[in-house]
Order: sequence, then C-alpha cells, then structure tokens
Amino acid sequence: MIKKATTHISQNEGLIFERSREGKTGYRISALDVPATKTEELIDPSLLRDDDLAGLPEVSEPEVVRHFTRLSTWNYAIDLGMYPLGSCTMKYNPRLNERVARIPGFAASHPYLPDEFAQGNLELLRELEDNLAEITGMAAVSLQPAAGAQGEMAGLMVIRACLGARGNPRKRVLIPDSAHGTNPASAAICGYAVQTIKSNAQGAIDIENLRQVVDEDVAALMLTNPSTLGLFEENIEEVCRIIHDAGGLVYMDGANMNALVGVTRPGDMGVDVLHLNLHKTFSTPHGGGGPGAGPIAVVKELEPFLPFPRVVEKTDDKGERRLELDYNRPQSIGRVRAFFGNYSVLVRALCYIKTLGPDGLREATEAAVLNANYIAHHLKSDYDLAIPDGKPMHEVIFNDKRQSRHGVHTLDVAKRLIDYGFHPMTMYFPLVVNGAIMIEPTESEGREEIDLFIDAMKSIAQEARENPELVKGAPHNTRIGRLDEAAAARKPVLRAKAAS
Amino acid sequence: MRYIPNSAHERELMLRDMGVESIDYLFRGIPAHLQLKGPLKLTPALSESETLDYFHSLAARNVIHAQEASFLGAGAYDHFIPTVIDTLISRAEFLTSYTPYQPEISQGTLQAIFEYQTMICELTGMDVSNASLYDGSTATAEAVLMAVRVTGRSKIALAANLHPEYREVVDTYIHHAGITEQTIPSDPVTGTLKPEALADLGNDVAALVIQSPNFFGGIESLQALADAAHEAGALLVVVVPEAMSLGILKAPGQCGADIVCGEAQSFGIPTSFGGAYCGFFAVREKYQRQIPGRLVGQAFDGEGRKGYVLTLATREQHIRREKATSNICTNQGLYALMATVYLSLLGRKGLQEVAEQNVQKAHYAAKQIAALGGYKLRFTAPFFNEFVVTCPKPAREILDRLARQKIIGGLPLARFFPRMENELLVCVTETTTRQEVDSFTDTLKRISEDTEF
Repeated sequence: MIKKATTHISQNEGLIFERSREGKTGYRISALDVPATKTEELIDPSLLRDDDLAGLPEVSEPEVVRHFTRLSTWNYAIDLGMYPLGSCTMKYNPRLNERVARIPGFAASHPYLPDEFAQGNLELLRELEDNLAEITGMAAVSLQPAAGAQGEMAGLMVIRACLGARGNPRKRVLIPDSAHGTNPASAAICGYAVQTIKSNAQGAIDIENLRQVVDEDVAALMLTNPSTLGLFEENIEEVCRIIHDAGGLVYMDGANMNALVGVTRPGDMGVDVLHLNLHKTFSTPHGGGGPGAGPIAVVKELEPFLPFPRVVEKTDDKGERRLELDYNRPQSIGRVRAFFGNYSVLVRALCYIKTLGPDGLREATEAAVLNANYIAHHLKSDYDLAIPDGKPMHEVIFNDKRQSRHGVHTLDVAKRLIDYGFHPMTMYFPLVVNGAIMIEPTESEGREEIDLFIDAMKSIAQEARENPELVKGAPHNTRIGRLDEAAAARKPVLRAKAAS
Repeated sequence: MRYIPNSAHERELMLRDMGVESIDYLFRGIPAHLQLKGPLKLTPALSESETLDYFHSLAARNVIHAQEASFLGAGAYDHFIPTVIDTLISRAEFLTSYTPYQPEISQGTLQAIFEYQTMICELTGMDVSNASLYDGSTATAEAVLMAVRVTGRSKIALAANLHPEYREVVDTYIHHAGITEQTIPSDPVTGTLKPEALADLGNDVAALVIQSPNFFGGIESLQALADAAHEAGALLVVVVPEAMSLGILKAPGQCGADIVCGEAQSFGIPTSFGGAYCGFFAVREKYQRQIPGRLVGQAFDGEGRKGYVLTLATREQHIRREKATSNICTNQGLYALMATVYLSLLGRKGLQEVAEQNVQKAHYAAKQIAALGGYKLRFTAPFFNEFVVTCPKPAREILDRLARQKIIGGLPLARFFPRMENELLVCVTETTTRQEVDSFTDTLKRISEDTEF
C-alpha cells in the first residue's frame, strides 16, 4: 500500500516561447540618463544584430512567474522527501546558508576589488580552507575547483607536478573498476593512461593484486573511501604504503566523506590528495545540476603545486595583519578556473560548518551511518546485499538478483519507487555490482521517513513476486511515463523550433 | 542538532531495534587507531543569530558598488538583477532538486534547461547548446579540447587580447594534452586582431580562439577572422565573457563561428567575488556528438506525451569514462536557470534596451574622459561597454586617488600587462548612473591637474 504519496492535479505548461506575444513586457529599467547618440554612429552597423532578437520571448512578469512555478511543481526535491541516492549525499540544504550567501557584501562584491577592499572575502576563504584542512587532516586546501570532477583533475595535476619536480611524472594511474566515471575521465585529461584494477569480493582494493601491479610507472592510485560500495577501505594504510614505497602518490575521491567527518581523517590514513564535494557532504544545494564545488586538500609537500592565487597573510606598514592574494607561485599547476572558485557555494559551506561545529559534524556522521545500517538491517530480508558480510557505512548496496527471478530489475524497482512518493535510489553504479541498488539516506532523514521508505521497498519486493507487471510498467502516477530515450538520442531535438 | 530529525533518544531506539549495542559498533570497520579520540578543532557551533552576526561582520569588510561607484568589469559585470529571479530559483523544487537523471520526476528542470539551450542558440546564432559548463574560462578550455578532437590537429592559435585568466585556464587544461599554442598579436592601434596577422596560420592549427568584445573591450571583425581560420582548415572559437553584448552585436554564429562559448553571469547572476557563474557553450549541428557537458533533448513516452530527457549521454563520463568528451558531471544548473528567467523577463525588447544603455553610457563616459587633458582612449576599435584609458600618471596612482573619493576606477592593466602601466580598463553598465560617470570624470580631471582634495 502506498502511504507517502497520492496523485494530485498538476498544471500543464508549454514552453516559455509559446507564451510570447508581441508587446508583452516583463521588465522595467531606469530611463537612459545620458544624452543618446545613434548607435550606428558609435558602432559600425556591420557589427550590429539585424534580427531584432526575434528568437527571445516577450512575456509579462506574472506569466514568467507562473511558467517557472508550474515547471517547478513537476520536480521532486529534498524538501519534498528523501532521496535515497547512494554517493550523492542528498541532505537538507539549510536556508540560513542561502540567507548568508545573499548578504550584499558577498553577493555584490567584484572579484577584482583591490585586496584591501575584499578583506571579508579573503578572510572567509582563509577560514574555510583552515576548517577543511582540519576536517580532512591535511596541510593545505585549494577552494578553486568548481566541482568534484574538476577537483580530481586539479588533484591529479598536482600529483603530476610533484612527481615531475622529483624527476619523473610517470605514466599511469591505477583506478578501481568500482570508481566513479569522473575518475578515469579526469586522469585522461592529465595525460595519464588509466589502468583499471580489480576489486576483491568485498569491493575493496585487492592488496595482492596491487602489489603485483605497482611499478615505477605508476604515478598514483585513485581510490574512494569509503568505497563506492559504502565500505571502509580497511587496508587503506597498507595500500598507501605500497604506493608510497613505489614512489607514487595516493588520491582519494572524497565523495563519501559523509561517513567520515569528525570520526576519522584521510590525512591520518596516508592519503596525499583528496577532493571534497561541498554540494554533498557540506549541504550546498544541488540546484538541479549544480553549482557545486570540489576543493582539494593536500599534504605539505604538495602545497607549492596548488592552483594560484593563494590567500596569504601579511603585515602592513602599520603593523596590522592583512590578507592578500599571492599570484607568485612558480611551481603551481596554474589556474583551473577564472577568479577564485564558486565563491557563493563556498560561503554556504562555511556557514554549514559554523552552524554544526565539531559536535554537530560528528553527530551528523553518526546519524547518517546509523540510518544506512537501519535500512540495511530491515531490507536484507527482501533484497540481496551485494556484500553480505560487509560493514556498510553511510550507504548500503543491494542487487536485484532476487527480483530478477520474476523478471523485475533494478530499473523497474527504481521507477516503482516513484509511485511510492520517493526519488529512486542510485541504479547500476558501481559497475562492479550487477543490478546495483545503492541507498544513502543521509542524516537528514528521520525515522518516520525511513520507515516509509523501508515499507515502500518491501512492498515493491512483494509486488515483484506477486504482480511483476505492475512494477515493470512503473511509474504509473507521474505526469509522463518512461520516455523513449533511444529514439531521443537517434534523432536529437535539442532546442525549441525557431519562430518563423 | 536542528538539522538532524532523529533525536539522540530516537537513535538509541533504532540501535536497539537493530540489536546493536552502540553507535561505535557501526564504525568497527575503521581501524581503532584511525578513529579520532576527541572533537575536531573547529569553533563550537554558533546559533542562528550568532552565525548571521559573524557573516555580516565579515561582509562589512568588503566594498560593493552600492557603497562606492565601481567601474570594474573584465569578465564580471554589474547588471541589474530583477527581483523575481531569486523568488523563482529559491523554490524548493528547483533549489533542492537533484540532477534530472529520473526524467519522470524532473520535468521542471529538464524543460527549463531545454528553454535555456534554445535561448543560448538564439543569442549566439548556433544550432546546439549544452546545459552549462562551470564558467567562461573552463568553457574556453573545453572548446579548445573539442576543436582538437574534431580536427585531429594539435595546435591552437590564441588571440593576445583574450582574457588573461581565461588563457591561464586554457594553459592548465592543455598542458598535458600534447597541445601547443601560438599567440596572434593584436594591433597596437585598434586593440583588435587584424586578419593579416593570420596570413600564415598553419594547417596544423585546430582552432583560432578569439574573444569579442575582447579583453580591452573592442569588438572584433568576426567574419574576416572566420574566413582566415577556415582557410587554414581551423575552427573559429568565439569567446564571449560579456554575454550582454549579444543583445546588440551580431551573433557570432552568423559570422562563421564554429564554437561560441562564454560567460552568462551578466544574465541575472550576481558578481559574488567571481563565482558561481554559468559557462555557456554552443556549436554547429554537425558537432553535436562532440560537445562536452549535459544535453537535454525532446522525447516521448508510451502514450505519446512529450517530455524532456538528458540525452546523448554516451559522450559523458559516466558512460565513456576515460574516453568521454569531458570529465564534467555537476555543472551550474541552478545558475543556468537564473539566466533563463532573466532572459524570459527581459526578453526580446529588454535585452536590446539594456545592451543599448550599456553602449550609450559607456560611450558617454569615454567621450567625457577623452575630452579631458591628459587622458586618451587607448584603442580605436568600436566597443560595447568597456574601453581602455591611457592616464597621465600610472593607473595605480590614479586608482588610489579615486579610492579616496570612494570611486573604484576600473582595472589597472599592468596587473596583466606589465608594460601598460598607465592604462586603465573602464566598464560602464546600465547600473552606472550619469552622476557617477560625471563624478568619475570630474575626479580624473582634478587628479591630472594635481588639485589636492
């Protein structure tokens, strides 16, 4: 029985262009206050548009509001309910963070303000760097990367620069078959060949295999800890030792930090570089696809290679402490993006850290791990655990083996979960688990919501046995059903038709 | 902790329900010696009002346009931001929603992206736009990587008047990709590129990367540059850090561009100390399978109902892994939505009116300044809303004196071009008032006359 959701009338709405009518207006700017000159006298007509911007709509303000409000009601969101998405850490996005990010002193500040007029911003960057260094147990942090993938790229470039400075950048990067796709993609950008290494039956790094595979051509091992199967890499120190002994460095994908904050620190494990996903662990909103931020944290030896500029402390001629941006970083890998990073996201993350404090951060980790284990405990009677004797941390992974016997697969379970009022869990990732069903509740879910989720999953398992067609045809209660994605890719229509 | 629904007591009950003694048991997978014995050394949790006080006092140490007149541009622009943009993107279903991988419950996000893609195509004159990249600088880097993929060539030609930070980002991205670069000089008089400078563009060049309006504010002659690039078999990449210019300038797609990329921050996104912003990226139809980033396409369900879905995903990292067109995953979704709302509100007429005001105000300012003794407009090329002024004294000195009058006079170009000691890059937008411009001009006059005040 579906308890969490019910069908409800939702508004239809076409494309914004369909609302457009000549003469409608949705704005008013102040009148021009300088004497006007004919544009053609200021800029040669051959450089000017001659299409009168025919492709943009003309719509009134209330219609724009209605249009986007209607669209928004077709979305699921954290504020509506749980996202059990493994590896995504869909936690509550505090509105206090939103309020703080909008303080005009931050929001309206220009990136090229002279340092003396941007002391607040520089202080904020400094404090966030220090906080993240403490949380990760690392020596230095760069807040410049715009997302996790960019952090990976920057981190690997730092590794490459360090090894280059030692004499040999080496040739390849070892990446477990369970890794997120951004890992090998990022390695490729850094000019490294990717060698995939197999995980053992626990989904962990196979130590013996690693020992055989490592040689002096290996620049780095990229690993995720906890692994993409939600399990702590128990041999992490040994893994790091093996890589270090061969002269390589260890990169950790920090996407799963929500299981570690306040409990343990990558820096203590032997990791050399890691990235963090502020839009996961540190609560900044996903916004339907970003922006996020992917800061990297490094050990002391790697600090000189971090992107420039760096925030440094100086004493001015009055003997007062001042922060400055230092661009003179001869060993730096360079810049990974203009200006200083996704600053408005960074503000939110620092606000989150200050709101939780050390106790809150630890409590969040404990609550997240507890929630995941609670789900594991209650669902293992209905779904096969991918790693039966594993010790799940903040996420738990099942497969669809039992359900497949009735012709029901992970995709079907996911789509049926929608009818129950939830967003689907992560499907088919990591690739090493057949039919992976990965569930990460985060600490933001209360027992009530989790019990509803467990209920829903149990009910779907029963439906798979007794009425598989119902599951395979899901979702039934949404505005649209499963879309023909293959046809969409064969003949892509990637924009609205131009007005003739 | 108020963000955690399960109280300590509830958590005890859950542990008991599971037959688990204590929470420590759930962390047994972590070697004991790796587990922290005490709390992290961070400041203790602040209350909501303490947090606000803390951040307000930090913010108070920054200077913003509302307090002082500012003539800063150079890749981040002060434009008016209509109120309802924030209203709409603050809706929980946009703000707190995930990437639209499950289209049945993400049609709001998907349709909005489809509209964004359409608008970017209209503005740039191109056929296909992606759902956003991080920003203009990384969009430029991605354009370079794409041109290399498409042509199979390994050299790129970069305009000398490209935004220096954009160039630095390109340098970082190509460093390990076996791609070399050459610089195309700009004309010292016009500040723009002369097609003649491209006469010996080799047939090993994958792309000519130019910026328009360029870093000095000048408008490039795109068609002539396109012709020169195509002669050499190279693609023309046009970079547009000031998207507002597309409201009045001819679409690069109509002038032969193969890739148009840039920065949509001018469309309703605050300057926010340099980020988060919204990189846009648009190409000709024939390159649609080589474009980086997410794409939203139209699709139909079993009942023939139309919807939208992420498509052509085989280009992307989660499928192709190391062979992907880019490593990008999370991009700038919410900010692309801000741009979409902005473009919907301003629309056809509004964007032209705002762009027009930028032109008028900037030219008014330039004219006033050029009429002052001691100051000259450095370059002769037509411009949109930015121009370079040669000052009678080093620009840094001028800026110091302007600052005393609460005016942030622009960017000293010596910051990037050491020999341009006396040059100042000045930006005037529709948010700059006549009074601010007059006061600026007046102060410049007094500085040159060395009047003490």
